[in-house]
Amino acid sequence: MAKISAGVATSHVPAVGAALDLGKSQEPYWKPIFDGYEKSKAWMSDASPDVVILVYNDHGTAFGLDVVPTFSLGVTDIYPPADEGWGPRPVPDVYGHVELSRHLAEALIFDEFDLTIVNEMAVDHGLTVPLSLMCGQPEAWPFKVIPLAVNVVQYPPPTGNRCFNLGRAIRKAVESYDEDLNIVVMGTGGMSHQLHGERAGMINKEWDNRFMDDLTGDVKRLIQLDHVEYMRETGAEGVEMVMWLIMRGALNDKINEVYRFYHVPGSNTAIGNIILENI
Amino acid sequence: MRKPREYDDIPGTYVFDYERSHRGYHLNMFCMSLLKPDNRDEFLADEQTYLKKYPMTDEQRRSVLDRDWLEMIKLGGNIYYTSKIGATLGHSFQYIAGMMCGMSQEDYAQMMINGGRNPKGNRSLKEDT
Repeated sequence: MAKISAGVATSHVPAVGAALDLGKSQEPYWKPIFDGYEKSKAWMSDASPDVVILVYNDHGTAFGLDVVPTFSLGVTDIYPPADEGWGPRPVPDVYGHVELSRHLAEALIFDEFDLTIVNEMAVDHGLTVPLSLMCGQPEAWPFKVIPLAVNVVQYPPPTGNRCFNLGRAIRKAVESYDEDLNIVVMGTGGMSHQLHGERAGMINKEWDNRFMDDLTGDVKRLIQLDHVEYMRETGAEGVEMVMWLIMRGALNDKINEVYRFYHVPGSNTAIGNIILENI
Repeated sequence: MRKPREYDDIPGTYVFDYERSHRGYHLNMFCMSLLKPDNRDEFLADEQTYLKKYPMTDEQRRSVLDRDWLEMIKLGGNIYYTSKIGATLGHSFQYIAGMMCGMSQEDYAQMMINGGRNPKGNRSLKEDT
């Protein structure tokens, strides 16, 4: 039986990927961030998942505004890094787990989560920066990846509660898959950031840390947070933290926090990383 | 008429709701076209002609030509899209962010190093919270 062993949440700031790609990771501005992820990389290497279900958002790259699917599941075998305006990131292609992704699509739709199915898709920094942060710069990514893209660009994104429940349905779907697979779920995006308007640059450390505390302490509070609170308190783009709740929903009720890292700034954003293991 | 929204009182914030998305659709889809290298070259070679390919308003075209990053947002641009113009021109995200809030890139970067913009006083236009 396939089983989810742990969840990871991390920010996915594009400039962090660029810093790594351009060999700047040891510069004073970036070093504290990459140092903070050293333990996460070691954990990921030890955890050695067969498959990562990676929850992220596309940033007007694979999806435009012509069609805006709320939840999209990749079901193909390869996802190339996207050109986001400065050429594709020099990172390996991302390989999917076709059979498991088909199983998830079918199981989730029968469980009444009406996903959009994606057969061809380039993946932007939202997906590749978390891989870089958790794996460094390998020749090939050390596990298969199933992308789950969530709309957080066009307001409104799905509610936190819906995201959490989708996570629960993912757990159930994974556990009905026969092959023995070790699966890690990643929720990405956040934390505080406002990227537009005169309020750009807002950061709310207290709010972010309480959010991380309550992933173990008070999930009920988190799933009830409404979009206006996210936007008001953490910046308009901070609302993408709803994606962390898909990861949380995919874990057991009882979990252990095994690592946490928080740093301001990563360009315009508060960088947050947390690792949660199922008990 | 647009109905008032709870988020309208968040200062300096233009929530990308359906009204803004509709208004900015062609501006944003122009931005998305810059994901292709050939289109970037064509845009950089003759911006005015390239912009005419997209049925946006004259004021939207003007905001692009003027590099008025805040105006693009006010006219329905979404930051994830308008930042593709920035990428095409070789600007960092921090440069664009600084321009939108009337700060030099250096001052904006320093504000971020100092912990970012404080939420206090920035939560609502209604009160100094």
